Amino acid sequence: MREILSRLLATGGRLRSAVSRDESDGDQLATDGGATVKTTRGDSLRNSLPVEWELIESAPFWLPPVLFAGFFVYGAIAWNFLLSLTDYSGLGGAQYETFDFSMYTRLLNDGTFWQAAQNTVVLLVVFTVLCLALGLFVAILIDQQIRFENTFRTIYLLPMSLSFVVTATMWAWVYNARNGVLNQLLRVFNLEGAVVGLLRPAGVNAEVIQWLSWNTTALAAVIFALIWQFSGYAMVVFLAGLRAIPTEHYEAARVDGASAVRLYARVIIPQLRASAVSASVVLMVFALKAFDFIYALRGSQPGANMDILATMMYRVAFDSLQWAYGSAVAIVLFALALLVIGPYLYSEYRRGEL
Amino acid sequence: MSIRDGSFIEALRSTENSRIGLYALLLAGIAFYLFPVETAVMTMFKTESAFARTLPFAPPGADGFTLEALSTAWNTLRPGLLNSLLMAVPATIMSALLGSLTAYGLTTISWRGQVGVVVLIIAGIFIPYQAVLVPLAQFWFQVLPGLLNGFVNTVFGFITGGNWQYPSRNGYVQLLQLSITHAAYGIPICTLLFRSYYQSISDEMIEAARLDGASAFSIYRNIILPLSLPMFAVTLIYQFTQVYNDLLFALVLVNEPASQVATQRLAALTGGVVQSFNTTMAGAIVAALPTLLVYIMFGEQFAKGVAGE
Repeated sequence: MREILSRLLATGGRLRSAVSRDESDGDQLATDGGATVKTTRGDSLRNSLPVEWELIESAPFWLPPVLFAGFFVYGAIAWNFLLSLTDYSGLGGAQYETFDFSMYTRLLNDGTFWQAAQNTVVLLVVFTVLCLALGLFVAILIDQQIRFENTFRTIYLLPMSLSFVVTATMWAWVYNARNGVLNQLLRVFNLEGAVVGLLRPAGVNAEVIQWLSWNTTALAAVIFALIWQFSGYAMVVFLAGLRAIPTEHYEAARVDGASAVRLYARVIIPQLRASAVSASVVLMVFALKAFDFIYALRGSQPGANMDILATMMYRVAFDSLQWAYGSAVAIVLFALALLVIGPYLYSEYRRGEL
Repeated sequence: MSIRDGSFIEALRSTENSRIGLYALLLAGIAFYLFPVETAVMTMFKTESAFARTLPFAPPGADGFTLEALSTAWNTLRPGLLNSLLMAVPATIMSALLGSLTAYGLTTISWRGQVGVVVLIIAGIFIPYQAVLVPLAQFWFQVLPGLLNGFVNTVFGFITGGNWQYPSRNGYVQLLQLSITHAAYGIPICTLLFRSYYQSISDEMIEAARLDGASAFSIYRNIILPLSLPMFAVTLIYQFTQVYNDLLFALVLVNEPASQVATQRLAALTGGVVQSFNTTMAGAIVAALPTLLVYIMFGEQFAKGVAGE
């Protein structure tokens, strides 16, 4: 039962803080009660079990769902890796005869792969950083004890409740070269010519800005739309972080005569590290999953400027039926995701947050 | 509403100009987050010539107003909406229920080594689904039909005469497969949401019930489940939005045109060669309606689900 106590003390910090006062008494009672339970229950049968009784008692609850999800998640990833070692392609079932890493060496020599990998990393980093910055800015605005706070928050978070397919459809119209909002606005302010001159790629002859096909703007256009959709998420996370900072920190800075900018830069923002880390992990994973958005925007052949590993994987496997090659791309994508979440989960584990 | 009402905030508030600037920024934020939606709503009521002529965010004039685009989009998407609901509702309920059970077994009942299982579950939230797509297609279209054909024709051979075929091409079967798939991949996030909630429930009541000799199941049934109802609302709303909004799994698992889901139909509408933006915008709004309604009615729960990640 010491475990329960240590777990209770170590875990659930976030939700816990809300109910801390009367809960600590509860913990105390629970520990005493727990000790009694242990002695009354300590009969010989249960003590002679090779595993803890709690493990057996709880297994009917968690084991079936975990096996169900585990088959689809980890079973499928292992299966995917196995497939990436074969030469499986075309119609018909997979052949598991020869295994080698030929698909991975093929990847290394594939210019499309390197282009997609580069776009993926650029998307991942630029999207995450800008999303965090905008989300933090909006969260600070919302945190100024404003009126209609809930209304503002609800509207800012609304894009996140929409499907990628819906937002991609809307942004295709925003970015439309002839009649889209963006170009129309530039026209209203007589700026179109200047922007065309600034952004037009070499060798292209066009009078209007083709946001989604020019190699100077295509990826940026996708990133901007994704920031629009997900900065509300960063806002929600930062807002929770801001609300957890004690009032005294604001007071102390005030007594020191710090300006609002200095207060946030020196005192408040450094305390939001945990919020920033957890938000950026989720945002990076969203970026890796941006497939739906790009597919809805440009189909499975979005062109070199917008191609990311997720779209390449789908195209190679499900359009060209090169299953083994597609699986190899998928493994690279999975490895990228592991690079992001592995350190995060490890540090959460070390801090006893799991 | 935060608790701090100290003199510093008072001082900030007293400077009227900065308050006006603050609200101007907040309103600019509303314009930024809503303009794509607003232009979509305006454009879907415009005729072909009107949307080429007018500014996208301006309302349609009397001569440029039409409901034709909306009715075209509605007719294209209606079967997809139905299929989406048919697939998403059971998947959502299944994930939430299984997530709640898993979280109970991994939180309220404590045993050594359970953190390992928890790590695997949480990591499962973050995997890119591309990493499971090919095996998923293999499983539903090759391996499972093969196994079931063999099983049914062996055991019930006297009825089927060895000719039974798993109905892989049946639209409802494909929707069921999609639903089960979503249910499985939804378990990790639902477990996490319930787990952080169960960690905040006091052990006192549960220990008392144990002393009275209540079984693990009756504790779940009589204490945990009733206490979880608010969390079920959060999880169901969040997970429904996720499943309904997905395109990738549907693309891979549903190829019968009649059983395509809403996002698939919208993607087909958008990806067409000739794009009439009034129809695609109407399609976007129609496809977004279920999640928009859920969001407008239960925005608070959605925000909680989002923050739970």
